[in-house]
Amino acid sequence: MVEGKIRKVSGPLVVAEGMREANLFDVVHVGANRLIGEIIEMHGDRASIQVYEETSGLGRGDAVVSTGAPLSVELGPGLLTNIFDGIQRPLETMREKYGSNLIRGIDEKALDRDKKWHFVPAKQAGDEVHAGDIYGTVQENEVILHKIMVPPKKAGTIVDIAEGDYAVTGAVGHLKLADGTVEDITLMQKWPVRVARPYRQKLPPVDPMITGQRPIDALFPIAKGGTACVPGPFGSGKTVVQHQLAKWSDVDLVVYIGCGERGNEMTDVLREFPDLVDPKTGKSLMERTVLIANTSDMPVAAREASIYTGITIAEYFRDMGYSVAVIADSTSRWAEALREMSGRLEEMPGEEGYPAYLTSRLAQFYERAGKVVCLGEGDREGALSAIGAVSPQGGDISEPVTQATLRIVKVFWGLDSSLAYRRHFPAINWLTSYSLYRERLEGWFSEHVSKDWTTLTGRCLRVLQEESDLQEIVKLVGMDALSPDDRLKLDVAQSIREDFLQQNAFLDVDCYSSLEKQYAMLHLIFHFADEGMRAIGAGADVEDVCNLPVHESIGRAKTIPEKTFKEEFAEIEAQITSQIDHLIKNAKEEN
Amino acid sequence: MMREYRTIEEVAGPLMLVRRVEGVKYDELGEIELPNGEVRRCRVLEVNGKNVLVQLFESAAGLNLSNSKVRFSGHGVELPVSPDMLGRVFNGMGEPIDGGAKLIPEKSFDINGTPINPAARYYPSEFIQTGVSSIDGLNTLVRGQKLPIFSGSGLPHANLAAQIARQAKVLGSNEKFAVVFAAIGITFEEADFFISDFRKTGALDRTVLFINLASDAAIERISTPRMALTAAEYLAFECNMHVLVILTDITNYAEALREVSAARKEVPGRRGYPGYLYTDLATLYERAGRKMGSDGSITMIPILTMPEDDKTHPIPDLTGYITEGQIILSRELYRKGYLPPVDVLPSLSRLKDKGIGDGKTREDHADTMNQLFSAYARGKEARELMVVLGEAALSPVDRLYAKFADAFEAEYINQGFYENRSIEDTLNLGWKLLSILPRSEMKRIKPKYLEKYWKASAEA
Repeated sequence: MVEGKIRKVSGPLVVAEGMREANLFDVVHVGANRLIGEIIEMHGDRASIQVYEETSGLGRGDAVVSTGAPLSVELGPGLLTNIFDGIQRPLETMREKYGSNLIRGIDEKALDRDKKWHFVPAKQAGDEVHAGDIYGTVQENEVILHKIMVPPKKAGTIVDIAEGDYAVTGAVGHLKLADGTVEDITLMQKWPVRVARPYRQKLPPVDPMITGQRPIDALFPIAKGGTACVPGPFGSGKTVVQHQLAKWSDVDLVVYIGCGERGNEMTDVLREFPDLVDPKTGKSLMERTVLIANTSDMPVAAREASIYTGITIAEYFRDMGYSVAVIADSTSRWAEALREMSGRLEEMPGEEGYPAYLTSRLAQFYERAGKVVCLGEGDREGALSAIGAVSPQGGDISEPVTQATLRIVKVFWGLDSSLAYRRHFPAINWLTSYSLYRERLEGWFSEHVSKDWTTLTGRCLRVLQEESDLQEIVKLVGMDALSPDDRLKLDVAQSIREDFLQQNAFLDVDCYSSLEKQYAMLHLIFHFADEGMRAIGAGADVEDVCNLPVHESIGRAKTIPEKTFKEEFAEIEAQITSQIDHLIKNAKEEN
Repeated sequence: MMREYRTIEEVAGPLMLVRRVEGVKYDELGEIELPNGEVRRCRVLEVNGKNVLVQLFESAAGLNLSNSKVRFSGHGVELPVSPDMLGRVFNGMGEPIDGGAKLIPEKSFDINGTPINPAARYYPSEFIQTGVSSIDGLNTLVRGQKLPIFSGSGLPHANLAAQIARQAKVLGSNEKFAVVFAAIGITFEEADFFISDFRKTGALDRTVLFINLASDAAIERISTPRMALTAAEYLAFECNMHVLVILTDITNYAEALREVSAARKEVPGRRGYPGYLYTDLATLYERAGRKMGSDGSITMIPILTMPEDDKTHPIPDLTGYITEGQIILSRELYRKGYLPPVDVLPSLSRLKDKGIGDGKTREDHADTMNQLFSAYARGKEARELMVVLGEAALSPVDRLYAKFADAFEAEYINQGFYENRSIEDTLNLGWKLLSILPRSEMKRIKPKYLEKYWKASAEA
């Protein structure tokens, strides 16, 4: 164990002398309070340390002790439904033990050491196992079967293994390694957060991650194992979009990282999720959720670590063969933490003071997402999807963090404040957003939803684009200059925007739409468009078409529950046809 | 025995370098004794070997390098607190300036506070009635929220803040209520406006004031809001009171921060503000809220003037990313004479959804709110189009929308600073205005509420 002395303290940065023997990225304990820090640079015997807690009260000569190990997370039963800080300290336990404010120097283990889990072996004595093989399972809660895996880089022969109730550090059996040493098999393993967990092979993502959010699924879908970003100015509803994804995505697990954001938002997730029911399993959504909370008032260095902590936990579940989503809100705060440390290290700044390595760090983070074949037997396939919010200053997406992110991710949901002012939520701008997965997912949608899914959603995008062109003309010369066809087009576009794209996250019946309902809604709108064209062709006035009472029924289509929408939609469709027929009849009589 | 150092090496702007010190800690409070016996306070910003970099809280005028003495106190900057603080006036460093008796402290707290464990927060959901329609009806304030007012030079943000402080109440409750007011670098006149308003309404007895005026040391402003928040935390979480904190003006605070950052030659972020401005502001704003183990709450209304009315300027921008919404004042409405000139479309209260509805305000609140928002947005667009193309270019419905927008501004937003509207009045007024439009346009209102309230409003 290396022990040094503090020489310099500047905010979260501490420089210690006498550290020549310590390793880079080792975790150290700083000062009498044993604050947790990490060595990020070495100059001779001087180590620059980023401290994960408030450093006031530290002074020259205070002791710095290296633990000899890099920053790691504990992986095992007990992660789910829990809330951790940026360096995986359990916040609920800390509240129970130390009160409602975060005091410094708490060394609390991430996983409860006393709680017993029932372990059921899948292997027996004498079996030869390799990295990623499954020793056995723990039913962690009603939803998730926690698979206890052989840690990466480990292999050997099982000496003994037995069913029973164990604590995470208790030995469920023993493993004889190739060199003859015998080790305990435990439910828990550790992994350094800055190193991606290994897998056998990466696969291209081909299945959509269904979110139940109409603008996302229909227009800008994300694949399981894909990456997406949500940039938007404040008040444009980034957090609501992120919460919706965490709630309704059809993944097995969600790791939600609150990185430098509001404390109340994490509280909201913590209080609300247990009461929400997962439409897929019928159980509480919290059962499949892990929360990492390093709010904006918590120490800035731990914020830097929080996204790595989160994605490492997600990788661990991916390795079991699950589909996992990591949702990080917000990567801009993470980048700011990086900038602050860089400034204290007196590094040469890049754009807007961000360090030159911002892009490569971001790329490393997103590249840990993907669909993979896991290590171990059985060719398990796991997927890790990463979705990051970006908070560009002043909503200006030309700033470095957004630009660096856009170069990496495949889906861009650009939020727009002018839509938000009009209370068009989710405020995803349909003209600037994109998804590079649209084509790749075409096959899945035509097989599982409908053959013309892509045609219909493509038509949707085209109408919206045409609307924006037509609006330019209207602004210049007024509505009267448009042909009846174009006026109908505007009406249809408005219907797409208001009746389809707008989705109320706070309304039970509307917060989640199945793909079938999404398809039916689009079908309804375009049925109206086609019938409207027929009427205009037959001489009806476009004003009359746009003012048909059935419009209101289309507007209320989104509030029709999943159970009954098929019958009610058929009803509305019939109404459209009959009202149009009526119009045509009148038009003919007038002539 | 406290050690004294006569080793001041350098003074530049608000910074001072002291050499050859022993055992001085980061963030420690210090005192400088001038040759004439005057004592000024300072704080350790950086420990580097045997040297410490110190930030002064007051001006450096009269400081003499060879004859001034520096002492370090062994602890951070603290504020002595007691329930007797109510009704008292303090300067920006927490010393009484009202000529009253010295405070007998019950406890002493570090002014930096400690972060609240997110697992120990209660989600704010209790509706606060401010009596202002544009806030109660559309951007509802709840207990434990931080809701800033974004204003511009020459706009009446002080009147609005005073109106909220005067009228705010939680329906059906008679709990202990207090106001903590921090004046950060504002003018005497503005501070005097608040004090005399509090005095007039009898609120002064339950108010704690921290005053740093424009003429006081700029560097002191870094401590002023922290002093106020420490007092607020004590009253809320130790004395179980419901505290409303008004901080004005955050722009001055950020500028003081920039001054220190520039003096330290730090790499600047946007517009010369330090890269850690977000984190620094967050450590102020996040101290609002409710937490387990205490019945009290801190509701915060920071006020900031946006330079050039620019919402994308770093100070309002970063504030908006931390606070739970914003109330934006509009120069256009102010010119029209509508008071308070709240620009409702870009204004937002993020916590409203859990603070409104049946049992809190009224069942129809959420629906009418959304309808009013979208109707006003469309009405404004129609009005703009009318200016360009003339009234004839609008469809009949859009003409009604334009009429609605005018009426909405004149009756709903405009109410003056002394009218206190109940939430019932606000909601009914909303229905009355919506009845300008055809009923088929009420797409955002559930049919059952339309059934119940539309008729009533049409008759009225």
